[in-house]
Amino acid sequence: MNGASVVAGAPAIVAHGLDVGYTGRAVVRGIDVDLPAGGLLCLIGTNGSGKSTLLKTLAGLIQPVGGTASIVGGPPGTLPARVGYLAQRPASSYTLPICAADVVAMGRFAALGLLRRAGTTDRALCAESIERMGVTPFAHRPLFELSGGQQQRTHLAQALARRADVLLLDEPTAGLDPNGREVFAQVMRDERARGCAVAMATHDLADAEDADVVILLAGRIVAAGAPAEVLTDENLRASFGFTGPH
Amino acid sequence: MTDFFLSPFTDNEFMVRALVAGVLVAVCCAIVGSFVVLRGLAFVADALAHGVLPGIATAVLLGWPVVIGAAAGTVVMMAGVSVITRRSRLSSDTAIGLFFAGMLALGVMITSRTRNFTGDLTRILFGELLGVASEEVLWQSVALVFVAAVTWVCRRPFLLLCIEPELAATSGFRVRLYETLMLMVVAVAIISSFQSVGTLLVFGMLVAPASTAALLSRRLGTMMGMAAIIGSMATYAGLLLSYHAGLAAGASVVAVAVGVFLVTFAGVELRTAVTRRHGLGVPRASTHRHDHSHSHDHDHDHDAHDHAPGPVVGGGS
Repeated sequence: MNGASVVAGAPAIVAHGLDVGYTGRAVVRGIDVDLPAGGLLCLIGTNGSGKSTLLKTLAGLIQPVGGTASIVGGPPGTLPARVGYLAQRPASSYTLPICAADVVAMGRFAALGLLRRAGTTDRALCAESIERMGVTPFAHRPLFELSGGQQQRTHLAQALARRADVLLLDEPTAGLDPNGREVFAQVMRDERARGCAVAMATHDLADAEDADVVILLAGRIVAAGAPAEVLTDENLRASFGFTGPH
Repeated sequence: MTDFFLSPFTDNEFMVRALVAGVLVAVCCAIVGSFVVLRGLAFVADALAHGVLPGIATAVLLGWPVVIGAAAGTVVMMAGVSVITRRSRLSSDTAIGLFFAGMLALGVMITSRTRNFTGDLTRILFGELLGVASEEVLWQSVALVFVAAVTWVCRRPFLLLCIEPELAATSGFRVRLYETLMLMVVAVAIISSFQSVGTLLVFGMLVAPASTAALLSRRLGTMMGMAAIIGSMATYAGLLLSYHAGLAAGASVVAVAVGVFLVTFAGVELRTAVTRRHGLGVPRASTHRHDHSHSHDHDHDHDAHDHAPGPVVGGGS
């Protein structure tokens, strides 16, 4: 399946017996995923449960410890223009003189490569992403002057500007105010309607209600499947130690 | 009045050559120094500047072109740090520190074998800005063109690396390749500049104008341009100072550059304090911030530490 070009309706994220971890030591073993285009996969668990490790593996930042994974038909990390990744608490350099709009424009770098000049489409995608994430009021202010929530919106707009087929988002709503969360939820519905598959790590059970697949992690797979089957009191107690953050 | 400002240069050809060489160094260091400052490479750059010492010393001893020696020293330094960082649990800081001291010691040992020990060592460490030959000016121009070209071609991955190496990787740029290229342009800037300002002082030209510009600018391009102008002005002012007061030229230039940074820093701090006092918040920035700007300030510190750039040589990918 590796290297095959994507067929309409082909799965966006596929994993078979995937073991993820660092330097050969698995944090979570035996992950199976088959997420179609437009699908939503939610990873739920406490810090250190393996959510970020799985997302990093799917993004191609770390190698799988075992098993296989493919994103839009290719091995992880091989199709950067089609896969958007948002790190948990993306680093913000407080020295770097760069405005929010420039940070969003960096979302097009994967498609442009080293030398190709940004064209009308690139500019339109950036403008649209800035608009959708509500970045417009502070688009021309330096990143280091922005609040945590404004920075998060900026980074999300950057991921959107990639116009990816798969979005891998690590705690995307962290630092967002209620309005920001609402904006984000709407944007995710629109992205999925367009056919973009989304995999996101979250602490927030509300994020998981819309999901096609939920994986509850605690250094192992506590449960995986449809939200109603997974998010039971018993499972939540097993992974959080209590009935959930609500 | 014009005598004071112009005649040192109109009367002396060596002063003109020094000025041209100094400005070339300033522009080259402005481009490279911006990345050094933003990517947090200051310690690596400092170490590279010292790593060239044994190479240069060997070249001087054997009568070879010093550029070859400097290049060899840099390669050994970079490779050594990269291997130690990857193969051991030691941080890159430790590896760099080890090589830094080791290469410096080796350089001094080799130089002590030459007939004119202190003369050679002083020349290598502090440069000979007033004795720059036309040929060296030519080499500096070539180096500047090279550095500018590589930086322009790699502007996207370099920018992504300054923000977050992971972002470069997920955008399809090979982190190790571009980190190595970035170090390579730093090395080229150092090698091409050491003859005019020396291996100790070149570090000042890399960091001082770029950090001054970082305090003042809001875009990377502006920062580089501003750093080039500040560096060039410091070169002119430093040469003037050196000429009239009979001081060492390279050191005067670097001292002026660092002085400009300190004055700018004080000015920015003063402006911030004054605006705060008048209840206007930090200029522009915090007016839109929610009213807990203090807690944000804490966050800033926190993040700055958490996301301190990772291992620089060899690590990261």
